[in-house]
Amino acid sequence: MDSQVIATHPEEHAEHEHSPYLRHHFANLEQQRETSTFGMWLFLLTEIMFFGGLFCAYLIYRNWYYPAFVAGSHQLSIALGATNTAVLICSSFTMAMAVYSSEMRWRKALVGWLLATIVLGGVFLGIKAVEYREKWEKRHVPGLNFSAAGFTHQDPNYPEDKPLAPDMAEKTQVYFSLYFAMTGMHALHMIIGVSILIILVIRAWGGAYTQGHMTTVENFGLYWHFVDIVWIFLFPLLYLISRHQ
Amino acid sequence: MSEETHAQEILDTEPTHHEEHIVGPRVYGIIFGLLMLFTAITVGASYIDMYAFNAVVALAIACIKAVLVILFFMHVKYSSRLTKLTVAAGFFTFVVLITMTMTDYISRAWGLW
Amino acid sequence: MSTIVMLPDQQTASLPKRSYLNEEYGLKSWLLTGDHKRIAILYLISITIFFFIGGFFAGMIRLELLTPPSDLMAADTYNKMFTMHGIIMVFLFLVPSVPATIGNFLIPIMVGAKDLAFPKINLLSWYLYVLGGILVLAALTLGGVDTGWTFTTPLSTHYLNTHVITAGLAIFVAGFSSIFTGLNFIVTIHRMRAPGMTWFRLPLFVWSHYAASVLMVLGTPVLAITLVLVILERVIGIGVFDPAKGGDPLLFQHLFWFYSHPAVYIMILPGFGVISEVISTFSRKRVFGYTAVAFSSVAIAVFGFFVWAHHMFIMGVSNYSALVFSLLTMLVAVPSAIKIFNWSFTLYKGSITFETPMLYAFGFIGLFTIGGLTGVFLGSMGMDIHLTETYFIVAHFHFVMVGGMLMAFLAGIHFWWPKMTGRMYPEGISKLAALTTFIGFNLTFFPQFILGYLGMPRRYAAYPPEFQVLNVLSTAGATVLGVGYVLPLLYLAWSLKYGKIAGSNPWQATGLEWQIQSPPLTTNFVETPVVDYEAYDYEWLANKTKHEVQTVG
Ligand SMILES: [Cu+2]
Repeated sequence: MDSQVIATHPEEHAEHEHSPYLRHHFANLEQQRETSTFGMWLFLLTEIMFFGGLFCAYLIYRNWYYPAFVAGSHQLSIALGATNTAVLICSSFTMAMAVYSSEMRWRKALVGWLLATIVLGGVFLGIKAVEYREKWEKRHVPGLNFSAAGFTHQDPNYPEDKPLAPDMAEKTQVYFSLYFAMTGMHALHMIIGVSILIILVIRAWGGAYTQGHMTTVENFGLYWHFVDIVWIFLFPLLYLISRHQ
Repeated sequence: MSEETHAQEILDTEPTHHEEHIVGPRVYGIIFGLLMLFTAITVGASYIDMYAFNAVVALAIACIKAVLVILFFMHVKYSSRLTKLTVAAGFFTFVVLITMTMTDYISRAWGLW
Repeated sequence: MSTIVMLPDQQTASLPKRSYLNEEYGLKSWLLTGDHKRIAILYLISITIFFFIGGFFAGMIRLELLTPPSDLMAADTYNKMFTMHGIIMVFLFLVPSVPATIGNFLIPIMVGAKDLAFPKINLLSWYLYVLGGILVLAALTLGGVDTGWTFTTPLSTHYLNTHVITAGLAIFVAGFSSIFTGLNFIVTIHRMRAPGMTWFRLPLFVWSHYAASVLMVLGTPVLAITLVLVILERVIGIGVFDPAKGGDPLLFQHLFWFYSHPAVYIMILPGFGVISEVISTFSRKRVFGYTAVAFSSVAIAVFGFFVWAHHMFIMGVSNYSALVFSLLTMLVAVPSAIKIFNWSFTLYKGSITFETPMLYAFGFIGLFTIGGLTGVFLGSMGMDIHLTETYFIVAHFHFVMVGGMLMAFLAGIHFWWPKMTGRMYPEGISKLAALTTFIGFNLTFFPQFILGYLGMPRRYAAYPPEFQVLNVLSTAGATVLGVGYVLPLLYLAWSLKYGKIAGSNPWQATGLEWQIQSPPLTTNFVETPVVDYEAYDYEWLANKTKHEVQTVG
């Protein structure tokens, strides 16, 4: 049996021993950093399964009620959806640059990139709110003011779409239920993310993450990118069903 | 015994720290450009009639984009094997959820018509 | 085969001057603590409270079933009784029972760390647990829930006026408590091991907690999102599970059991860990087939995700799919059987002594085997169609959960009580309690196998008079069982002040936790331990002891 030393290398990192960031139960900063990053990844693992349940439901109902999903999807604005996708990708880029600035210990750049991320996150949520409002006005909110009436006759924007039979038109409600559940859960994650970002900016301005301790910014970056990935899947699944019809 | 020690080696050589690898703006810029490009492609592709393949193409592009984000923005390409394994475990369980549920849904009507 | 270890006389042991218990004083020092040992004690107190609340409901159920008509309480009150019993026992007792108390206390010590990786998150998960508990009590005092612990849709979303939302939120919150506990354990086991503590030197307790943690982290979020959808459906009426709107109620079952079958392993795997430690210690032998036992925990965690639809055979799932799930269910019995066989082989030619934890462990092996084997009956489709939703299934999962897990919990509490408190429990009365529990348990639940086989359905307040004899037996057994559970509460509390002083290693066990003082220091170890021996190496302990005696004498 090998008795390789795995967990700690105290002698190599003696210079870190008195770092103000080192919590008492870790041997050194290296171990502390690795540990919190691994913890963050495990948290994202739970997030995968959290959204996984929704994606599973989506897959089943899309196969069951495909015409209703097509008709429902055609009611979403592809321009707003694509813009929001671009906005989120931009925000992921600015977040990645924020992590880079933190690693390079550029305080003002870090604050700048974090602020840019907040603004882009805000823009995303704003556009989402506009879309939700439009859904409300079109009476597409399941449970609250839903009406399938719009789907039983011809939509002038999609002249090739056949009007749905009344029972299939009712099933657009399932599509919109999933639409609101999925984008709503995603938006909730965005709101949480923006709130944390505001705290990060304030602390970054004080220089908290540019003196060699950037784990918090890195881990938040992982969260932010994860939320971006969820949207990367939501966009084609919800907005782009059979646009050619 | 040899198999056992092999397993032990794999588990016990799990690295505690990886090389600190700072990904620079150039890589981020390239990935950003690719993500934007793929977004445009996926919108365009949805307007082309490819029958059943529309969904496949849309999902394939989404997967490529997700992999780019995971590998570069989230630094998994430069991370320890443990991180890679964690990501893989997440997707594996997700696939189990989907496939095992689908065994019910695809075969529910078999033999009933 | 086995090695007898002679330790210096424990009679001369004295309580250490400084320990985690007297490091700080006052309520605040407990409620804001980051120390995993103190959080474990907080958990121990809170799960004990909920255990006895849940036990009260069990008592009311058995009292109602003493006579055939529903005379003690109205049928809907009875529905609320078994629902609250299920919710409290599953989510507020069984899921956190061993991991959040014994696991929380021991895992950092067993891997040689000063604390869990994230002490604040550990405290947060206790607060989330308490919040979940308060929400359950709120649902209870507002008028209760009567969906059954499974929240079956559309019953829960459309047809009931009870406090489903409050209870759903409670489970959502308590779920995150268990996610964070699991996350903390995984990170700690990967990243905080002491020098020399390789994976294959870890006690099996750690392996089984690792496997359970993986299930907590991967399974619980699916339950969380399912409950969110149920709540949304109830509050604003979205249509994901509602058949009237095109939803599929069976999808709810799929998502719910995707968590709730692995949840069975979340509950039982930590118990396996306790049993491995106890059996090895009181046989003075290394656990037979250490690697097989370790990997069987991991195998259970993996296979556990492939079998959930065996809870749905009569619900209208596809026959072909049911066949696949039925076959996979047979497979998942294999790793559990491996464990049972290995424990039995560990006993073979060991120097067995019959201390209280060992008695509970024997109870566990016998009762879990019955519970597990009847699970195989229920996993095979033909039998399941006859037996599901009868008392057979009630007896089956109580054999696993109460006969198995609760026995393991009590074994663990008695085994590590000297480590946690520094004092011994009284041996004589605790043996009596173990025996009472075993007799009471069998008297309560064995008749239910017969009742179920004869066709008595579960979840009804009334039953035909011909079932009364067996029901009276069961209620009588429940009374004995209740005594068996109150006894430890009393004598363990008594022992806090009057128990014999334990000394650091009263059982002559090999784990790292037994090489430090009891109760331990706040930082667990005076200096980071360097591990140079295998788990359960009694030769090592004997040599170490000899060495110590020589240097002391
Ligand atoms: Cu099961």
